[in-house]
Amino acid sequence: MRTCLEIRNVTKEFPGVLANDHVNLQLRDGEIHAILGENGAGKSTLMKIIYGLYQADSGSVSLYGQEMHFTSPRQAIQAGIGMVHQHFMLIPALTAAENIVLGGEPGKVHYRRKENEEMVRQLSKQYHLEIDPSVKVSDLTVGLQQRVEILKVFYRKAKVLILDEPTALLTPQEVEELIGVMERLRLQGIPIIFISHKLDEVKKVSDRVTVMRAGRTVATVETNQTTPQELANLMVGREVVLQVAKPPQEPGSVVLRVDGLVVVQGHAERVKGVTFEVRRGEIFGLAGIDGNGQFELVEAITGLLPAKSGRIVFKGRDITKTSVHRRTAAGISYIPQDRQADGLILDFQLAENFVLRDFTRPPFAKAGQLQMGAITHHAERLSESFDVRPRRIHSLAGNLSGGNQQKVILAREVSRDPELLIAAQPTRGLDVGAIQFIHDKLLDLRREGKAVLLVSLELEEIMSLSDRIGVIHDGRLMAILPGGHVTREQLGLLMTGVNPEKEG
Amino acid sequence: MRKYVRGVLTPLVSVIVALLIGTVVMLATGHNPFQAYGALLSGAFGSTYALSNTIAGAIPLILSGLGVAIGFKAGLFNIGAEGQYWIGSMVAVWVGYSVTGLPPLLHITLAIALAMLAGGLWAGVIPGLAKALVGAHEVITTMMMSYIAIFLTQFMVENGPMMEKGFTPQSPLIRSSVMIPKIIPRTQLSWGLLIAVAAAFVVYWLLFKTTVGFRLRAVGLNVRAAKYAGINVPLYTVLALFFSGLLAGLAGAVQMLGVQQRLYDSFNSGYGFTAIVVALLANNNPFGVILSAIFFSALATGGQSMQLVSGVPAQLTDVVSGIIIFLIAAKKLMQIVQTKIAQTKWSKHQNLGSEKGAQ
Ligand SMILES: Nc1ncnc2c1ncn2[C@@H]1O[C@H](COP(=O)(O)OP(=O)(O)OP(=O)(O)O)[C@@H](O)[C@H]1O
Ligand SMILES: [Mg+2]
Repeated sequence: MRTCLEIRNVTKEFPGVLANDHVNLQLRDGEIHAILGENGAGKSTLMKIIYGLYQADSGSVSLYGQEMHFTSPRQAIQAGIGMVHQHFMLIPALTAAENIVLGGEPGKVHYRRKENEEMVRQLSKQYHLEIDPSVKVSDLTVGLQQRVEILKVFYRKAKVLILDEPTALLTPQEVEELIGVMERLRLQGIPIIFISHKLDEVKKVSDRVTVMRAGRTVATVETNQTTPQELANLMVGREVVLQVAKPPQEPGSVVLRVDGLVVVQGHAERVKGVTFEVRRGEIFGLAGIDGNGQFELVEAITGLLPAKSGRIVFKGRDITKTSVHRRTAAGISYIPQDRQADGLILDFQLAENFVLRDFTRPPFAKAGQLQMGAITHHAERLSESFDVRPRRIHSLAGNLSGGNQQKVILAREVSRDPELLIAAQPTRGLDVGAIQFIHDKLLDLRREGKAVLLVSLELEEIMSLSDRIGVIHDGRLMAILPGGHVTREQLGLLMTGVNPEKEG
Repeated sequence: MRKYVRGVLTPLVSVIVALLIGTVVMLATGHNPFQAYGALLSGAFGSTYALSNTIAGAIPLILSGLGVAIGFKAGLFNIGAEGQYWIGSMVAVWVGYSVTGLPPLLHITLAIALAMLAGGLWAGVIPGLAKALVGAHEVITTMMMSYIAIFLTQFMVENGPMMEKGFTPQSPLIRSSVMIPKIIPRTQLSWGLLIAVAAAFVVYWLLFKTTVGFRLRAVGLNVRAAKYAGINVPLYTVLALFFSGLLAGLAGAVQMLGVQQRLYDSFNSGYGFTAIVVALLANNNPFGVILSAIFFSALATGGQSMQLVSGVPAQLTDVVSGIIIFLIAAKKLMQIVQTKIAQTKWSKHQNLGSEKGAQ
């Protein structure tokens, strides 16, 4: 088999961080090559070098034996390299079709809307990535936006495809579909670099795996000759336990009660009368397919969206009309699902981001003055105990790797000592070690008698952590089940709106 | 450290390129650039007199530049600093001549405080509330309010209630108890300089050391995250414009009490507009504002003697400032264009206008 892409001794240094350290990688024709590595191991950096976004300090990138010196992504695209980024790069105000053809519009000056939409429709059929080309990107769910990104790369006729954590944002169903797409592409001989933190996906779809650690490529192995355990150990450099230990525990009094909550966003009713409780010492999991109102529900509980009707009661007090600030101060922590849009200010320093939710309170502020000493100290302590790398608290949050950005949010929200933690997709984009760490933190909170509302699109996560599971479909709670005994199938049916109890 | 180098690099390069283009223009029109720039330099800094006038001219620019910078930091473009400057001037002059019997310190303080309040309300009430409540764009509203302010002030001294008895359209002279004393007699340089420098420190402190500044900057950078952080975004939008106008009003007051001492029939200080360039060149850094204000003031004072000595029209300095604006705007524009293209064409990183990696 021919070698398609070859990376030799690539080194890239950022101020104070050696992101890539003599990296070597060979991508063969027609293979799916997975790259695994902890958060901040240098995966995205390497991909950006291949894609011409960054220039390597030394080393070489060759395509079919010919050395390449891309100085811009345009050159990489012309050479046939396509990349889907970890974070979206779409223009929300444009339609799906417009986003896909932008930069390579078929017409000259005149934009032919009908034709383009038709062409995009064909394209989306061809790759089994169904979208409505005429819908504005801002109206699409996260999962659908991802599809647009992927279609966009196909539209530019990529010969080599780089997918940087494409599945982090997808629902399990969409992941299945994406895997299908990747397999079809492999049949067409298109080599794919696939970055993921999910060992099962890697195991399922890839031919070979390269493991990166601290900027170096530590091993490349044939996928079918390795085990998830071995991969995890290679990544972390030590033994990893892939199990959740959750001792049984009696829940305490009710912390949060949601009663007949209705939430309207835009003109659509997204939450249609939801009622449930979360108790002390319990993890309440909210399962559902993306776009069924789960995120509007949590935004209403945190105060970011107004409730149209119904009540939200926290520790016995009606907070339905209380401000975000008050709710936060009362002890509600919230890990939003969209870390870059809601959870962080990318142009703020890490230290500032660590106090984003508490900067008005002592010890971080006294008489309206920020207490730099306390803020710095807090940031140092949190980045240490949550292992945020690199530990440069005065650099901008935007310079962190995706997973480390997520850790900053987690550290901030968990360390506030909340009565209630609402965690929306808390482990998205994290490596196995970090996921383990977060799960342990959630269980710690549970043990300390705190309430946790966990919203996740991943059934595994919901099932392994939750004491009770609420299934949401089309803005309604289909059922609330005890966590220990449900099966994937049961949840899966409920999530699509079928209630076996009621119908059979 | 690198951050600072980078922060200073763009303005420096813009200034140098602009001066170089100025050179080309001079050569093309048959002038000697060395002689001209030499004259400009010595006209701006060459004598105590020149130097003090340059610094005196920088004072209103520093103050209104700080105002514009605060707006930018909160993501707001206060284009109406000129109008807020005139409202401040008007109030200061009125308090200056109509209030009697106060000791100097008190009189000055009163005039300044009321002028600041007036400037702040001028920007905060209508443009601020309109933005916060119905989303009316501040560029339009502050600009409109600016015209209203200018015409209002003009009316006041041209047959209006503030016109001095007689035929000259001007206000009465302010009382000596309210005049800000000069640092160097017979120049324009007053102790207003102290106020301007102190204001830069206060603005720096406000922006970076207080919770109010934290909120303003958060709103300026990411409205959604600001909401998530529990910040009352409409309130801080209003506050940002209020502070912005406050400083422009202060600029007017200091200029009236320290230099002009009455309102004349000429309502085109240009300070409020140059303030925008001052803030841009300083990249909204409060201390940078001091330097860039001195630079623009030097162009203005030095330009006169350049014209006298070398025959190069003083308007060349306008060309130079125009080019600087253009270069800085172009850099911002380039960043935006690059990002847009990146988002669309090459799917580059999405942090608007920055080269910090997206992940
Ligand atoms: N533009 C930048 N400026 C400074 N440091 C950077 C920049 N981009 C990346 N880094 C640093 O380089 C290291 C590698 O980052 P990279 O984004 O490649 O990690 P990653 O393997 O993709 O991690 P993740 O799984 O969390 O996405 C990190 O320590 C990161 O903080
Ligand atoms: Mg990454």
